[in-house]
Amino acid sequence: MDMSPSNAAPKLTARGVNVFYGDAHVLKQVDLEIREHEVTALIGPSGCGKSTFLRCLNRMNDLIEICRVDGDVRLDGEDIYDPAVDLVYLRARIGMVFQKPNPFPKSIYDNVSYGPKIHGLARSRAEMDDIVSSSLGRAGLWEEVKDRLDAPATGLSGGQQQRLCIARAIAVRPEVILMDEPCSALDPIATARIEALIDELRQNFTIVIVTHSMQQAARVSQRTAFFHLGDLVEVGDTDTVFTKPVDPRTESYISGHIG
Amino acid sequence: MNDRAEHISKAFDEELRQLDNRLAEMGGMAEAQLASAVEALRRSNTELAGQVVLRDKEIDALDLEIDLFSVRLVALRQPVAADLRTIFAAIKISSDLERIGDLAKNIAGRTLAVSRFPPLPTTVSIASMAHVVQAMIKQVLDAWTARDAEGAADVCARDLEVDQHYASLFRELLTYMMEDPRNIGPCTHLLFVAKNLERVGDHATNIAEQIGYAVLGTRPPDRQTHDPTHTLVPEADSR
Repeated sequence: MDMSPSNAAPKLTARGVNVFYGDAHVLKQVDLEIREHEVTALIGPSGCGKSTFLRCLNRMNDLIEICRVDGDVRLDGEDIYDPAVDLVYLRARIGMVFQKPNPFPKSIYDNVSYGPKIHGLARSRAEMDDIVSSSLGRAGLWEEVKDRLDAPATGLSGGQQQRLCIARAIAVRPEVILMDEPCSALDPIATARIEALIDELRQNFTIVIVTHSMQQAARVSQRTAFFHLGDLVEVGDTDTVFTKPVDPRTESYISGHIG
Repeated sequence: MNDRAEHISKAFDEELRQLDNRLAEMGGMAEAQLASAVEALRRSNTELAGQVVLRDKEIDALDLEIDLFSVRLVALRQPVAADLRTIFAAIKISSDLERIGDLAKNIAGRTLAVSRFPPLPTTVSIASMAHVVQAMIKQVLDAWTARDAEGAADVCARDLEVDQHYASLFRELLTYMMEDPRNIGPCTHLLFVAKNLERVGDHATNIAEQIGYAVLGTRPPDRQTHDPTHTLVPEADSR
């Protein structure tokens, strides 16, 4: 019972990606296709390169001085490392949600409207109101905050703050959302909400999620990629990776074996 | 358990070992029950047959215990990959062993009925069929302990032999019934005994397939049935 469209077009394509932090070769010759409207989970032990790889996908590694990225990453066939690429525009197309919710110290409304404002997505206050309410709605937060949009975002609970960050990410109408352990600071109920949300969001977006929870990867993703010591060891349908992994390193990691 | 990689959680290793031990114990009991049932039939030993009927409860209890233990393991450990396949295979194998126990009990029950009639020569054929089936069970239990997918596949191949035995017994018993209607009572019981043994062979084959799944993660191709008795019509045959 394969629920994922196996013929889905690749949204993002990584070819021969290598990453160096100074002399350290932290990601080695990674080839990976991210399919459209699917959730791809990146798993692996700490330091395996999964977050580094995630950050290659919207050039967040450019911010790290000693970091060097080689290889080819394409969004809909366009090279995102082309010097002509507008980084601000790229990161609007490929949004990101981080491990710890990081709302701006502003109102709930301003958190969501900030991105659309700088990208000039709304021509009037009414249009902006629409963007804010629909983004909060899609992030499953609207009902909880609609009466206090002017309240400071920092007053929300952790789970609400994370959904606010998701609303903020989707407000600029990205095509891809990158999530770096979005639930690791949340309790199980808030986690379940985010997971349900991820499943809804994939109708409209392509999602790549880094997670330390293998159960979470198994629950939310259609494809799973396992990284180990900078290598992409195995990528496949999530069902297969968790029931019959091909590589013994994958089996050992997901089964909790020693070594 | 075997030379498989150890888990970081020693308690999980210990639990998997316990599951294996329980299953081995249950397998041994099913094997012994079938052996006793066949022995009781061969020697018309109603006392032994009675013991087999009573002891079936012990196998049922073990089946339940293995089920509960496995459910707990799944809930607590969230097993994946080979661990997951092993635990689900164990649940299914335990059901097959429980059914083998039931069939042994049924054979023992029929022994009590058949023993009231004068002995028929078929008991020799039944004993030789039982011999093959018992060897299959022993082989498949060994294959589980060793996680030996090839050994398990050999068991599947032997099921053909059992089916042939069954077809031949079916004809033999029909012959006795046509010869003398007074044979119909005991022969009907013996026909069920033969059918039960044939089913035990099927359960051994099921177990072998579960071993293949646990070890290799693959399902076997569709099984062929070799039972010609499904379409056998005695009058038409003898005409």
